[in-house]
Amino acid sequence: MTVFIIRRLLQSAVVVAVMSLLVFVGVNVVGDPVDMLINPEADQAEIERVIRDLGLDRPLHEQYGYFVVNALQGDLGDSFIFGQPALQLIIERMPATFELAIAALLLAVVLGIPLGVLAGLRPDAGWSRTIMAGSILGFSLPSFWVGIMMIMLFAVMLGWLPSTGRGDTVPVLGVEVSFLTRDGLSHLLLPAINLSLFKLSLVIRLARAGTREVIHQDYIKFARAKGLSETRVVLVHLLKNIMIPVVTVLGLEFGGLVAFSVVTESVFAWPGMGKLIIDSLHELDRPVVVAYLMIVVLMFVIINLVVDIVYSILDPRVRLQDTKA
Amino acid sequence: MKLHRFLIGCAIAGMMAAPAWGEGGTLTVGLKAEPSSIDPHYHNLGPNNSMAAHYFSRLVEQDDKLRLLPGLAESWQPISETTWEFKLRQGVKFHDGSDFTADDVMFTFERAPNVPKSPSSFATYLKGKSFTKVDDYTLHITTERPYPLMPVDMAQVPIISADVGEGVTTGDFNSGMAAIGTGPYRFVEWVPGDRLVIERNEDYFDAKPEWERIVFKPIKSGPARVAALLAGDVDFIDNVPPVDIARLKGEEGVQLSQGVSSRVIYLHMDQFREDSPFVKANGGGEIKNPLLDVRVRKAISMAIDRDAIVDRVMEGVAIKAGQLLPEGFFGVTPNLSPEAYDPEGAKALLAEAGHPDGFELTIHGPNDRYINDAKICEAVAQMLTRIGIRTAVETMPKAVYFRRASRGGPDNSPEFSFILVGWGSGTGESSSPLRSLLHTYDKDRGFGASNRGRHSDAEVDTLIEDALATVDDEARLALLQKATELAIGRNQGIIPTHYQVNTWAGRKGLSYTARADERTIAMGVTSDR
Repeated sequence: MTVFIIRRLLQSAVVVAVMSLLVFVGVNVVGDPVDMLINPEADQAEIERVIRDLGLDRPLHEQYGYFVVNALQGDLGDSFIFGQPALQLIIERMPATFELAIAALLLAVVLGIPLGVLAGLRPDAGWSRTIMAGSILGFSLPSFWVGIMMIMLFAVMLGWLPSTGRGDTVPVLGVEVSFLTRDGLSHLLLPAINLSLFKLSLVIRLARAGTREVIHQDYIKFARAKGLSETRVVLVHLLKNIMIPVVTVLGLEFGGLVAFSVVTESVFAWPGMGKLIIDSLHELDRPVVVAYLMIVVLMFVIINLVVDIVYSILDPRVRLQDTKA
Repeated sequence: MKLHRFLIGCAIAGMMAAPAWGEGGTLTVGLKAEPSSIDPHYHNLGPNNSMAAHYFSRLVEQDDKLRLLPGLAESWQPISETTWEFKLRQGVKFHDGSDFTADDVMFTFERAPNVPKSPSSFATYLKGKSFTKVDDYTLHITTERPYPLMPVDMAQVPIISADVGEGVTTGDFNSGMAAIGTGPYRFVEWVPGDRLVIERNEDYFDAKPEWERIVFKPIKSGPARVAALLAGDVDFIDNVPPVDIARLKGEEGVQLSQGVSSRVIYLHMDQFREDSPFVKANGGGEIKNPLLDVRVRKAISMAIDRDAIVDRVMEGVAIKAGQLLPEGFFGVTPNLSPEAYDPEGAKALLAEAGHPDGFELTIHGPNDRYINDAKICEAVAQMLTRIGIRTAVETMPKAVYFRRASRGGPDNSPEFSFILVGWGSGTGESSSPLRSLLHTYDKDRGFGASNRGRHSDAEVDTLIEDALATVDDEARLALLQKATELAIGRNQGIIPTHYQVNTWAGRKGLSYTARADERTIAMGVTSDR
């Protein structure tokens, strides 16, 4: 077991190292941040000073070397634009993104499972076809467009909800959250719906497929034969069994929600990590981009590592195969 | 149709139900770009400088046409060839109640050029000058050579309080601790990416602005910014996307404010390489760079239909250009007007220069920097193709473009042959574009830093350098005019196409004094009431 974990750790370290090289080189060969940063009125001497200060005059391998040495000490570099540690900038904006992602996930589960189960129980009914058609739209419409349309309808035309920003926040355990104030909640609703649309469609499809499969199982027939009410059959026997794939997939998808809420955040000017990364890309704030991608890489590597270890505990075959190989 | 009516009804109801602005005199502003810091000396760039103008004052201020006004200095004048005297305003208080004196100015000028990690510093305005405090309200600034731009330079550097102490950091400003100025507003809070809040300084030494409290919200995406205005989430926005201008004009509850900026959009041509990488003979063979010939450059200028660019590409929101700055700015010459569209004349001139059948060219430009930049490149390419210069278009994001345009070639030389660029004169006079765009590239002396075509003419250089050492306004004006006439009129060193016009939008009843420096200053937003 220990051997297995050590091997996996080493493999993960290699993945992180390779990714750091790819990310660093990829980000550093594009354009030149100096032209984004500097006042056009500056003369050549000032331009050279900035290039020197940012370390951009050094060869790429040397820059990478610095980056690795500092990264190993937990320092992912300072933002070119803000002059603050990139890591700090990202962590400051993490709560906003997490709040949005969790809200979107909740919406997807709370709306998606009942809709999917309904569609699975009566697959031929008109409304059930409507739900499925809707889920196809949810999959295929670009979220940028949907976001703008939602703003047009709910903010501009109906005036029900605000179109932009995060609204009032209150600190909970030192973290600013907006879902506890009325104003914050109203700001949260539109972006959360926008972000959840894709996941909602996914959950509907999973729940429907699960329902269609489970409903023909013997234990459902037996439960019915026992004379249990339909409500109990669906809510207890069916629901429990379709939840397994839904939970597995959502667990994995959550990482994606957090890492790539970029589009929704820029449409709704939501002050989270996604907006930070897209702004940093536009302005070529390389350290922030690199730090962000490294955090995402690390996040996925850890999730996968944990999954692997858990699998190997649950299924000895995985472990045995691995030691042999 | 019913749904349509319903939606319109809702929209009208929404407009009426939405609260009028000025709940307690609060103005909410949606900005395209957010500052990178509250530290006024950290990052010398547009968004930071315009934000700093709310809570910090400068010795000299600039109005919407960049004319100089007294700020913390009441008056200024040269007292010798090389020394300027600034008389400071008395009785000015910082936001923390302390008095403003010459010590604060000395402290500021000591700190401003030396902020650690600054991505663009204020050294540009302060180097080569020595500062002497004569008494608490008098300051002498000495340069080695006569220096006419002293008041303009002094209009760029925000004055901070000496009380914040030696070693104050950028972080101290961001947290608000050191953000103590003398400006019309005091800093309240900044949540990066979300909001920046300021409140009126009731002890401001000059005319008090209308709004008690201002909330700035960064909304980078253009459509989202417009939507936020229409939804009533913000009262006022800057950088209205050009595609939305026509629509917003028809909107009942919206009022637009427009103004010409000091930014000229122009074409720069390779004037330093015999063999220019993006100029080819017809069919793709080698050719001696025709752009070296002033007749070819003239022909290109004549081939450009500036009226069409303004009317079609810019949808009327631009002013055609014939020199470096629009009318009304210092250094503008009455002898240059926008080149008239004359394709036949252009063809004749090309033939005279030995290119009766034209040649092949590629125009490079950014696609996310200036208003409609990529479309302008396409229009120019079509116009040139019409006179026989078959022109291909290649546009790219500014993040990639500017590096290649400035130093993408061998030995950090400009990579392209024919490019579209813009230049906003921060000083409000033509010495700024002249020295950066048209003076011979001279790294050691800091001339021609953005001269990406490497135009070079000794006569022009002398005129520019003389102008930059002539304190007398009238004499300097003559020199600048002469330099412009030679560099553009005679040499066609660059080809100006148009001056950018910027658009702001607010709720009905809010108007904005459009600024030539393109800044969004909340003091300029006024209500009709």
